[in-house]
Amino acid sequence: MTGRRMLYAYTWLVIAWLTLPVLIMIAFGFNDTPGRYNQSWDGFTLKWYGRVFELDELTRALVTSLAVATVTMLVAGALGTGIGYALGRYRFRGSGTVNLVMFAAISSPELVMGASLLTLFVSLGVGPGVVTITIAHVMFCISFVAVVVRARVLTLDRSLEEAAADLGANPWTTFWRVTFPIILPAVSSGMLLAFALSIDDFVVTNFTAGTTTTFPLWIWGSTRVGLPPQVNVMGTLIFLVGVAIAVTTSIRSRPARRR
Amino acid sequence: MLRRRLAPYLLVLPGGLWLLLFFVVPMVTMLSLSLQQGDVVTGYVFTGHWQTYVDAVVNYRTQLVRSLIYGGITTVVLIVLAFPVAYWIAFYGGRRKATYLFLLLLPFFVSFVLRTISWRQILTDEGILLGPLKDAGLLHQEFHVLGTPVAVIGGLVYNFLPFMVLPVYVALERIDPRVVEAARDLYADPATTFRKVIFPLALPGVFAGVLMTFVPASSDYVNSAVLGSSSTTMIGQVIQSQYLTSSNYPTASALSFTLMAVLLIGVFAYARALGTEDVMKVAAR
Repeated sequence: MTGRRMLYAYTWLVIAWLTLPVLIMIAFGFNDTPGRYNQSWDGFTLKWYGRVFELDELTRALVTSLAVATVTMLVAGALGTGIGYALGRYRFRGSGTVNLVMFAAISSPELVMGASLLTLFVSLGVGPGVVTITIAHVMFCISFVAVVVRARVLTLDRSLEEAAADLGANPWTTFWRVTFPIILPAVSSGMLLAFALSIDDFVVTNFTAGTTTTFPLWIWGSTRVGLPPQVNVMGTLIFLVGVAIAVTTSIRSRPARRR
Repeated sequence: MLRRRLAPYLLVLPGGLWLLLFFVVPMVTMLSLSLQQGDVVTGYVFTGHWQTYVDAVVNYRTQLVRSLIYGGITTVVLIVLAFPVAYWIAFYGGRRKATYLFLLLLPFFVSFVLRTISWRQILTDEGILLGPLKDAGLLHQEFHVLGTPVAVIGGLVYNFLPFMVLPVYVALERIDPRVVEAARDLYADPATTFRKVIFPLALPGVFAGVLMTFVPASSDYVNSAVLGSSSTTMIGQVIQSQYLTSSNYPTASALSFTLMAVLLIGVFAYARALGTEDVMKVAAR
């Protein structure tokens, strides 16, 4: 039994190690630092929460990130759901190829995806900016949404759809009234995943952004000069919202799973 | 009837087209650009100039090899660190399995760049970790972690740990407890049970984890840029600066294609041997 207890302690140690930088980030959002150099502890303050939108460029970067993530979530959500549904529901020629391309897109190095998109945009003479960032984000999010939706469609009970058809519903009505509500949790968690991947992305964005700045790019650009406490505050708020959404969705999906 | 047969194609079409245009086509463009000569101002002409590859690999072999070594070390360290965690959650997590997995994924709600910078803050020479140790005389004043391979590999291990824990966990969770019981009934001691039964059954998960960590770790440039120094430069940093600073597109494309080829040979060998399901399953979580 001591082995088991050691494993227990070890797991918590790993969790603590993973969480440490997050706690440091949160703590330094409350640091009463005099200038931009937020390195050493100078006492507790809440003032940065009041002055969080004081740096215009940083605020603009955050707004850009949120806008890109929202559009990505919607577009990748729709396109990925289409692929995921088709792969889970039908057997068709070419499904193997679609699977392989998605597998390649999930496991390719982000660096290479970003670099190759840059070469495409350069050779087409397309100027990089918000549009190219969004195109890139949708590209790497589609496969993740599709995989999540496919997993759910595969477990779908076909007899429910047959029952609807027997009761005289046409395929269109059957899909929207029966199938879609069942796969909706997967669609929404796929879309949340896309939002999270997009708002956090640095590598692909760095290649496709040009002079446009997103939240992670702004942070990257100011590492050398030192991060202002506002970054910690924004990071903390994003963290809390993300955790809150994850917790509520998992609680809401629980009763459904038990049934 | 025809509409039913067309349905899957119509559903796949928009997303498939997007992936074709912005994933497959760019790869081809990159391959082609790597074989062209010219510059940004006068434009590029396709010349089939393979010498670019030779020059690029010869000039940056140090960084290329270093990246693969860092990626390899990171992966090995990850297997050792992640396996016990996955094991404990899978076999003793009980009703709290989901909670533990959630706690492991908690850092992911903070931007990757920000997390890495946070480590720099922790590891600076007079920071909250080294400062007190130096003041207490436990460490030499000259001792530092930042800028060393240890800091870079530590950052990589930190950032990719959950990608190893999850697939190993998925594999361990699938093991039928009766198989383990059977081993005990046949008088296998715990060590033998682990070596002969549990570990072989967890191997597909370990392989999936290797795939999901080795590829991003060896092509990463954030950790090395934030936590390393000029002596830890990785190939990702070279590619990034060739593209974005020097605009030396053929060389940059040749380097990323070489990196991609080295990594993808591994990936596709993996897919052929073990299938794509384990990775897809983890991605679906």
